Amino acid sequence: MKGFILSFRSEFYKTRKTMAFWSAVLLPLIICLLIFIGFLTHSDQLASNPGMALWFKFAGAILGVMGTLLLPMLIIFIAYSVNNIEHKSETWKSLFSLPISKLSIYSAKYLYAFFLVVICLALFLLFTLGFGNLLSLVKPTLKFNEYHIESFLSQIYLKLLFSALGVLSIQFLLSLLFRDFLKPMGIGFAATVAGAILGGSGWKYAYLFPYSHAMLTVQSIHQAAGRGKNTAMPQLTVDLLTKDIWVSMAVAAGVFILGYFIVLKKSVK
Amino acid sequence: MVIDTQGLSFHFGSQQVVKSLSLQVPEGSIYGFLGPNGAGKTTTIKLLLNLLKTEDGSIRIFDKDLQSNRIAILAQIGSLIEQPAIYLHLTGKENLMNRALLLEVPESRVDEMLALVHLKDAANKKAGKYSLGMKQRLGIALALLPDPKLLILDEPTNGLDPNGIIEVRELLIKLVTKHNKTVFVSSHLLAEVERMATHVGIIDHGELLFQGSIKDLEAISQPRVQIEVNNTVDAANLLKKQGFTVTDISEDNLSVPFTSKTQMAEINTLLNSNNYQVYSIHKVHKDLEKLFLDITQKA
Repeated sequence: MKGFILSFRSEFYKTRKTMAFWSAVLLPLIICLLIFIGFLTHSDQLASNPGMALWFKFAGAILGVMGTLLLPMLIIFIAYSVNNIEHKSETWKSLFSLPISKLSIYSAKYLYAFFLVVICLALFLLFTLGFGNLLSLVKPTLKFNEYHIESFLSQIYLKLLFSALGVLSIQFLLSLLFRDFLKPMGIGFAATVAGAILGGSGWKYAYLFPYSHAMLTVQSIHQAAGRGKNTAMPQLTVDLLTKDIWVSMAVAAGVFILGYFIVLKKSVK
Repeated sequence: MVIDTQGLSFHFGSQQVVKSLSLQVPEGSIYGFLGPNGAGKTTTIKLLLNLLKTEDGSIRIFDKDLQSNRIAILAQIGSLIEQPAIYLHLTGKENLMNRALLLEVPESRVDEMLALVHLKDAANKKAGKYSLGMKQRLGIALALLPDPKLLILDEPTNGLDPNGIIEVRELLIKLVTKHNKTVFVSSHLLAEVERMATHVGIIDHGELLFQGSIKDLEAISQPRVQIEVNNTVDAANLLKKQGFTVTDISEDNLSVPFTSKTQMAEINTLLNSNNYQVYSIHKVHKDLEKLFLDITQKA
């Protein structure tokens, strides 16, 4: 356990000045800020919307791209970055000749990538809520304060996090094995496009394909919104543990364990 | 024995890189692991650090089996493999701090190491901007950071200037004589190994050709005296008449086995007093290739 904690801290120490870390912080800030500015400049057209519709437009603008492209690509990038730092500096050999178990090093790196995804999604949630409330303060005609989306949005982001686990494990393993950027990136990108098409087309087995999971999660918002459309102020909830989420978790666990055995057997060049 | 391997073998695909290697590295020695590029030195070192899985044979370090005591053994080893593994986007000091964090070494030790390898002034410079020699010194500092009992260094003087080479050599000698460490150091330069090693292993094509103390090696690697003189044939005849053995004659040079400095002076005086013009006279070490030939021919 000590080896794991030390390794995790070292991962932070190594990446704290790199794009891998800062992209997880800046990406949510920049995207939420841009949409904030968009709403601010178009406040006249938007003023007629009730609070709930405003929130759905505001959060939906982010969630729409998140499901199809942003989340999978962000995961591909994070998984690549935390491994590339060792490939680039040829430091795998020194990492694995330290008196720390291979499981600690491997799991700390994996959990650090997971931690970056958590930070990024948590910041998306916080900035969405923060900027939304700020809009209603700056432009009182925008009635964001009429509706409370906090609980619903938190559930969506939590579900997005779960839906990301399968892809994260696969991309992490690919980035660990291949030092060149194009392989994990190319495979990941192709799979993401396929995932968006399969998820978007409503194919009934899309839930089995990890790269469709983010898309399916975003779709579940529409289902939830559909359920609540006859009430004036519905309290919406998302089904958190749907079958696609179970598949995502199972894939994550399976690939994580497979990756560990590969690390154990693999020669360090 | 600090390192004791028996019948160590390793393949990369169908190519056998290490063949039935039996290394014996005694405690308190500087073991020079000598061989040309591609002889299997780095592969052997990676086997010793458990980076490559031992296929055949066994490795015992500190009298413990490496496979079953990996972490306990690695805790006492500091290593530098091939080009130093350093994070180029971190500064020299941050590289050491990161390692100190992983090994729970106090920060004061980081400053000590920076001073030891003369990187204090460049401590806050990005390691990516370091010269090859500075990177190598940082690599040595990283290896020494946990104050290990055994140092395994792969070509540590690569890329260093003459001053740097001397410093590293003196540092290693000091570590062994004053701090009771054991050093396993690989090199492709015979002269380099001769200057610091107490024990030598010579590897070529994955096979150990020679292993023994530096004295045993000197017996084989017989240095010679090379004399540049105006008339080599006549000069050689004169030397022969005076009881010297002449091993090699060319148009410009002749060679005599080296026995002592006095002998060199005697030859010089003899040639001068017989009106030969001596342009140069110096001691020459056998190069590694020739040494390999001698060893393989003996075997």
